[in-house]
Amino acid sequence: MKKLFNKISDALLNQISKDEHLKISFSGENSQFIRFSKSKIRQTGLVDEVSISLELIHQNKTCSGGITVTSDEKSDIANVQQELQRLRKEVVHLPEDPYIVLPEDTGSSEEEHKGNLLPIEDAVNALTPAMQGVDLSGIWASGKIFIGNANSAGQKHWFSTETFSLDYSLITSDEKMVKTTFAGSEWNQKDYETTMADSIKKLRMMEQPAKKLKPGNYRTYIAPAGVADILGMFSWNGISEASIQQGQSAFGKMRNENAKLSPLFGLSEDFRKGLVPRFNGNGEIAPEQLSLIENCNLENTLVSTRTAKEYEKKSNNAGEGESLRSPIMKTGTLDKKDIFQKLDTGIYLSNLHYLNWSDNIGGRITGMTRYACFWVENGEIVAPIETMRFDDSLYNFFGENLEEVDNVAKLNLDVETYEGRALGGVVCPGILLKSFSLTL
Amino acid sequence: MNHFDIKSAISGININAEWIGLREVRESTTYRVIRDGKPQANSKDTTHGVMVEVLSNGQFGYYGTHQLTRSAIQKAAEKALKQANIASKYSLHHFTDKVRPIAKGKYISSYSQDLNTYSAGDLNNLLLKAYDKLKLSDKIVSAFSLFRFVESEMKYVSSNGSDVEQKLLIISSDFSATAQDGIITQTRTDGGLMANSHQVGMETINEDEILQNAEKVSKQAIELLTAEECPTGKLPIVLSPDQMLIQIHESVGHATELDRILGDERNYAGWSFVREKDFGNLQYGSKLMNITFDPTIEHQHASYNFDDGGMKATKEYIIKDGVLLRPQGGMESQVRSGMQGVANFRASSWNRAPIDRMANLNLEPGESSFDEIISSIEKGVYMESNRSWSIDDYRNKFQFGCEYGKLIENGKFTKAVKNPNYRAITIPFWNNLKMVGNKDTFKMYGTPYCGKGEPNQAIRVGHASPVCLFEDIEVFGGV
Repeated sequence: MKKLFNKISDALLNQISKDEHLKISFSGENSQFIRFSKSKIRQTGLVDEVSISLELIHQNKTCSGGITVTSDEKSDIANVQQELQRLRKEVVHLPEDPYIVLPEDTGSSEEEHKGNLLPIEDAVNALTPAMQGVDLSGIWASGKIFIGNANSAGQKHWFSTETFSLDYSLITSDEKMVKTTFAGSEWNQKDYETTMADSIKKLRMMEQPAKKLKPGNYRTYIAPAGVADILGMFSWNGISEASIQQGQSAFGKMRNENAKLSPLFGLSEDFRKGLVPRFNGNGEIAPEQLSLIENCNLENTLVSTRTAKEYEKKSNNAGEGESLRSPIMKTGTLDKKDIFQKLDTGIYLSNLHYLNWSDNIGGRITGMTRYACFWVENGEIVAPIETMRFDDSLYNFFGENLEEVDNVAKLNLDVETYEGRALGGVVCPGILLKSFSLTL
Repeated sequence: MNHFDIKSAISGININAEWIGLREVRESTTYRVIRDGKPQANSKDTTHGVMVEVLSNGQFGYYGTHQLTRSAIQKAAEKALKQANIASKYSLHHFTDKVRPIAKGKYISSYSQDLNTYSAGDLNNLLLKAYDKLKLSDKIVSAFSLFRFVESEMKYVSSNGSDVEQKLLIISSDFSATAQDGIITQTRTDGGLMANSHQVGMETINEDEILQNAEKVSKQAIELLTAEECPTGKLPIVLSPDQMLIQIHESVGHATELDRILGDERNYAGWSFVREKDFGNLQYGSKLMNITFDPTIEHQHASYNFDDGGMKATKEYIIKDGVLLRPQGGMESQVRSGMQGVANFRASSWNRAPIDRMANLNLEPGESSFDEIISSIEKGVYMESNRSWSIDDYRNKFQFGCEYGKLIENGKFTKAVKNPNYRAITIPFWNNLKMVGNKDTFKMYGTPYCGKGEPNQAIRVGHASPVCLFEDIEVFGGV
């Protein structure tokens, strides 16, 4: 596919005149999906898709167009040339854009991560036997993902990776659930079977009557998967510089009102694990590490080059949406073996669900508890809890109510597949809170 | 559609399967966005591919491919067949081609003027004029105006004789203003993000109306800067149709999707408190509650003639006089459950297999006028335009926030309130439905962004509703 990308992009770039600039984004995947319900196969299939997007800049005006790539080189070159002509016709009629980001050549890159994946014809028989005897619902996704980027300044990037994930829930007869994601690049049947057996063991712990809690404030431990959900909110009217400038961010309070978070909370972008490409849609390379929140303060926001131009800031080559791409939360001192003892009496939340800003500017987030969540007394699990709604401010749970942070961070892989299979994930520890507000 | 002919492609497939279907989708999405007086986006993205579905040993296998040649479709069919055969050892259900009924017909969105009526330059100029209305004062720190156009063409053919063609033209618009004064910030939009989404043509683009709406959005954003917080307490609330959109969607729509009830969605969006035994029995809401599934409504966002499995779309009552009657389930779920459903087996595009989705799910109008509703309230809150939404995995405990509220005192609006929120549990909430607005209060909205399924799919839905009054609801304001 890299060869096709090179052929198509070269054909396009050869046609660009001196008063034109062009940015090319190329992406796709070859994926196998198996959807499980009740440990049986509900749906199964394969998806191959490739698309290309062109952004034309001409006399301070710009427009973009994307089309599906068919993998027939001759047709594809004809199709992208036709798309370029469409853009040329349109761009002259548009208003000028003073914040256009012209393409630059800051160096090219190439990363190819080969995996050892299950052959597609083996997946059903490798996965399904280990889940028999329990009620499992989930999704298997496996295959290659690739991203290319080129521009008329001469820069070119290529990133490809081969990954798999089985994201699943095990469910008891009275509908309590345990969630697990088994994912990676190197398939190991024994590791998979061990992980499944561990999940089944956890499920047994859920097989006792649930405790109904009253709304109120509780000492709470939130496990890494739940913390990752909260950090995911930072990419939506959160850590983006444009969001702050446009009055849409929960972090405006840190910038404008001197609000502080706990010294125990730290967050950075860190690309050293190589889970996602460092180049963005413009082909710009992000810093290997960028501290965002540290020592109670908002050290940096994510700043795209366009935002930098518009608001006279310094770009840190964030993507156009200024969302987190490779976040890592700072670890603390809480050892796994001490979690229940230090929680003492309160609630243990393994996962959260359906988060949303209930007061975006105020930093308040609402959502639900989900999966293996327990009532704990004197350091011992007493019972699972019935699902509860929380509604609390990040300035509380990452602020004065943050008591301790795990000493190990866990990679919570992104298994979303809306715009194709996602890359990367959130690396974060669990958090122990003095108080967390449950409301319904 | 380039040189690809779907009928020729299916006739050329040579595999030993119980059933074969091809669904070709070509869909273009165009955005025109002006933000803070400058162009933010002029983009057009087109996706085009074919979903090859094969039934063998009672199991469906699929292959979504971007390669549109007869040889590529043959290879895709062979691989889909292999997937189906391997998986059939562990099939959840043994299907027959009964779940892919023979469908023949065409559907075209009703409109008189196509997208070429306005040039890209004309649309940018109109959005710039709208921006000028949004930027009423220096207190408006950011504003945007946008159009989104979707041109979609789907062709579906099958080995048992289906031949369907459906063409949609969809226009969405939005206007947003964020006002700021010191540490107070408030955002107002025209009905909630992208709620104005309809199957219409360019004849509906009315400059005077757009500029009036933009000015209203801006004025209300500024008004909210000095508004009091929404009161806290158990109060009656009156919800406008653009908030009823999300109320119907989350607490009725997803809860009554049959694949969720059957458990397919448990690992992702969740299950449902509704069980198969509840149909015909459960008093979901008050007797004023009448919910219909209806993809046949002209101009509504998710109208069509056939779903993606070939079932003919008809209007059906999901809830009548408050009683739950029928689930939203396509042919596969109907066969699995033995229940009657609706034509809602839908895929987001060529690269996803269909699942049970909402289409147009509406609350039917009642008999109360808007004035009768407001005048019946001693103290309560009127809320417009959703800005925050969250509900649990069984669709019980929800919390919604709105952009704009008005206090109702002694039967009259007295003042605007900011940050109006409410939370409740689905069944008691709908049973507290005390008044339903008449046809004069009934409006159609929609969203392009309903997420569900594994692999994930974002799909368009439509929701129409009158203004509604709910009593004894937990209401609260901001931080």
